[in-house]
Amino acid sequence: MNKILAISPEKCLNCRSCELVCSFFKIGEFNPKEAAVNVLFYEEAAISVPVMCVHCEDAACMNVCPVGAFSRDKNGAVISDPKKCIGCKLCVNACPMGNVSFSPIKKKIIKCNLCSGNPKCAKICPTGAIQYVDISTANMNKKREIASKFKELFSEVNK
Amino acid sequence: MYGWVGQIIRVNLTDETIKIEPLNMQDAKLYIGGRGLGVKLYMNEVDPKVDAFSPENKLIFMTGPLTGTLAASAGKYEIITKSPLTGAIGTCSSGGHFGPELKFAGYDGIILEGSAKKPLYLSIHDDHIELKDASHLWGKSVPKTTDELAKETDEDTKIACIGPAGEKLVLFATIMNDKSKAAGRSGLGAVMGVKNLKAIAVKGTKSIQVAKSKKFMDSCTDARNKLKENSFTDDGLPKYGTQVLVNILNKAGANPTRNFKESIFDKADDISGETLTKKYLVRNRSCFSCPIGCGRVTKIAKSSFANFGEGPEYEAGWAFGSNCGINNLEAVCEANFICNELGMDPISMGGSLACAMELFEKGYATKEDIGMDLPFGDADATIKLTRMTAYREGFGDKLALGSYRMAESFGHSELSMSVKKQEMSGYDGRAMQGMGLEYATSNRGDYMTSPAILGMDPQVAEGKAEAIKRFQDLTALVDSVGMCLLTTFAIGLSEIAEMFRTCTGIDCTDEEVLRIGERIWNLEKIFNLENGFTKKDDTLPLRLLNETVSEGPAKGNVNELCKMIPEYYSVRGWDAEGLPTEAKKKELSIE
Repeated sequence: MNKILAISPEKCLNCRSCELVCSFFKIGEFNPKEAAVNVLFYEEAAISVPVMCVHCEDAACMNVCPVGAFSRDKNGAVISDPKKCIGCKLCVNACPMGNVSFSPIKKKIIKCNLCSGNPKCAKICPTGAIQYVDISTANMNKKREIASKFKELFSEVNK
Repeated sequence: MYGWVGQIIRVNLTDETIKIEPLNMQDAKLYIGGRGLGVKLYMNEVDPKVDAFSPENKLIFMTGPLTGTLAASAGKYEIITKSPLTGAIGTCSSGGHFGPELKFAGYDGIILEGSAKKPLYLSIHDDHIELKDASHLWGKSVPKTTDELAKETDEDTKIACIGPAGEKLVLFATIMNDKSKAAGRSGLGAVMGVKNLKAIAVKGTKSIQVAKSKKFMDSCTDARNKLKENSFTDDGLPKYGTQVLVNILNKAGANPTRNFKESIFDKADDISGETLTKKYLVRNRSCFSCPIGCGRVTKIAKSSFANFGEGPEYEAGWAFGSNCGINNLEAVCEANFICNELGMDPISMGGSLACAMELFEKGYATKEDIGMDLPFGDADATIKLTRMTAYREGFGDKLALGSYRMAESFGHSELSMSVKKQEMSGYDGRAMQGMGLEYATSNRGDYMTSPAILGMDPQVAEGKAEAIKRFQDLTALVDSVGMCLLTTFAIGLSEIAEMFRTCTGIDCTDEEVLRIGERIWNLEKIFNLENGFTKKDDTLPLRLLNETVSEGPAKGNVNELCKMIPEYYSVRGWDAEGLPTEAKKKELSIE
């Protein structure tokens, strides 16, 4: 897997555009409760956190599935084949992070599939709180943030 | 059904009955939703002469077909009733997440009628709707009520409620949702209060469908891209919030100061969006489906005004800031927080205080009348009286009536800077001629700012009538589809119409969509006329018509309303008295 959905909760506006676009592409309707991405909002801390499937290397959903409906696609996404799925919901229970859900409307599994390499949530996010980036970029960006603090510190010293 | 979800909840609070009714699609096609459909349904059922506080008055919550979809900034819903402050039609939109949640529960709107015998709240969870006892919530602030109801129902429940100000029938009480989003103007909260309805809690798990999936998605993407390409919606608003307007308007000499005595506040930058961002901004926060994110989460630490919340928006910051001559931004924030917590409109609160300050300055209201000194710029007195107003204590009982009735009781209603008894906002109609016309002709005694008004040759009265008419029709449209008006800085009729068409599947031209806005505007006007309003109510405070601006770019100006009004009536197709002609009504299919 080369690219991941990297989240930056400090940039999230809690606008839920990601939930809307996700449900629209998953079930053809607008319904945040049927989205594979959800935003959790903490009012007292003024922070919102987008949460979605992280496509585990050792995926519990895939391991528990009794009919082998899960597979990994070329983008590294853990995907479920609706033709094989029998709707037993064991994967919903097995996911340690709650990232597989079952749509009562469409009677099928709702799970992130990275939109076949073009994740709509990242595309619509107005602030870059969700980005689809190379995994090395994602962690280098965090290292860069730490490094820039050193830079500021030494700029002060050199003044 | 596309866009709309097809059901209305009707609640009779007197006999505690709840009915689900199908949405009247004939009305929906003519008036869309939100403000337009709300006013239409209201007028179908209520006599415009009704007493705003009687059980016969109804309170309508209404979403639009775009509410809750991916359309740009489509998190809005509208509340409609007769205003106890103005006696005119009272309509106000609010953002946040409440409106979309109502649609996800499966309802386009709620009609509330009658009056409950004891405090109640309405609980909606998809098909389960009940009225529940709210005695334990009565008297509680907006955040407390919201937190307790979330605990009682479900953490994901979205809540609209009134604060103590609504319960005490403050004439400019608000209905708040998501704690800090307000249906702020016209005193809608007092109508909810007199009906003994403390709150509405809603949670929904259903879907909204659109007619043309791909085309709708394309139109939303196009509109969102345009918001990203516009410097105001992509830079000014996200960076500084609506308070970005403080310095812009001050520079234009259009920042009403000390109860509109002046038009430039020498300390404006102390309370500007730039200063707010630098000192107190924690984070931006959006309403549902909005990529702009102008909402401010602000925190005042280590101060006698220490607090945490959302805002202030431009108008709130202006009302307590420039208009009261206060340059202490911490106090301005605190006054705004109090309004949010207790459920009051900060524009009318600040406007009423500014008016009281001038009454005090001129010696018309004394220290004994007010219970304290009240000079312009007194931050402590402002905070104290804001709180007292919500609970109607002492002089707060007078302030709770709004500036017009309060000033009238001292024999000086001319010092009330209000239109149809509702306080004007922070745009000087002498420096911005079009804004003066907008205030004077607004059906709810209100204003809407716009790029059209801000941008175009503001000091010239000529040609404003046509532009204002067109923009008013557009605002009625935006308020009816469920979008936020701030988008109109970047997108216009063609984008809004395209989202409306592809969402609902209704085939119509741009101009036909705008015609719906005009129909709504005329219907509201007819409500006011049937209620006894006349041409003489389409006016401004004498100060704006007679007292010239003393300094800045607009020096020497008054508002030239008498020139603009006849032209305005004419472009509206109204007669010389401001009555829509029979031909106009026929053209707009208004019965």
